Amino acid sequence: MYATEAELIAAARAGHQGAFTEIVERHSGTVYNLALRLVNNPQEAEEVLQETFISAFRALDRFEGRSQLGTWLYRIAYNAALMRLRRRQVATESLDAPTTTDDGDMLPREFVDWSTLPDERLLGKEFRGVLEGALAALPDSLRSVFVLRDIEGLSTAETAETLGLTEVNVKVRLHRARLALREKLSGYFAPMVAGR
Amino acid sequence: MHCKDMLGSLSAYVDGELEAQFCAEIERHMADCGNCRAVVDTLRKTVYLYREHGHADVPEEARDRLYAVLHLDKP
Repeated sequence: MYATEAELIAAARAGHQGAFTEIVERHSGTVYNLALRLVNNPQEAEEVLQETFISAFRALDRFEGRSQLGTWLYRIAYNAALMRLRRRQVATESLDAPTTTDDGDMLPREFVDWSTLPDERLLGKEFRGVLEGALAALPDSLRSVFVLRDIEGLSTAETAETLGLTEVNVKVRLHRARLALREKLSGYFAPMVAGR
Repeated sequence: MHCKDMLGSLSAYVDGELEAQFCAEIERHMADCGNCRAVVDTLRKTVYLYREHGHADVPEEARDRLYAVLHLDKP
């Protein structure tokens, strides 16, 4: 309906309901998922979702277009989720801290190759809980990067802008997140290889 | 090349962001190192599983409430 993002924003500023709806349709999924993974609570994630769009629509006149609309919205959501985490004073680092090398990379401890297990064995009834549990156990700083890059498919540059990080920092955190998740999933899937 | 030397580059490797020469060194190492091969294959699979199954959609009732607080008609 709107050929460019600039047209979409202009229409929203002019008060066109369809433009607001389009913005919600395009971005609510990523806003919700980022919030859910950070606060780990569907009710609070929904509150962050609502707060994000209410604040964004109120502030739309102040959006300068230096970033994409999406990254601007995700940044609002990220900050809203962080505020909640701080209020809750949730411990941000995992108690089960992984072993790291001098430059901070986690040393792998699991070497069983479960990657060739057929999907019907991997995707058992506990699978989603395992995936979510491993993600929830990551420190917030790694989880936010992983969710935006690998789950929501943002580019390194978009993720960096959303989270206020350098691109190098995004890459380093993404790598640590992946290694930590691989380790956790290996703990679950590797015994299936032995029992094959 | 030793296992630890390539560990920090594995994400760039599975994302196809490394120069050809460095990729070749990693592949030479993996040809003789089953552990690194397993780490790379399971790392790739981990990313794939989250890409395919990690996204949680906004629940329908939450979508209804979002449109209601924004005073918008749900499409």
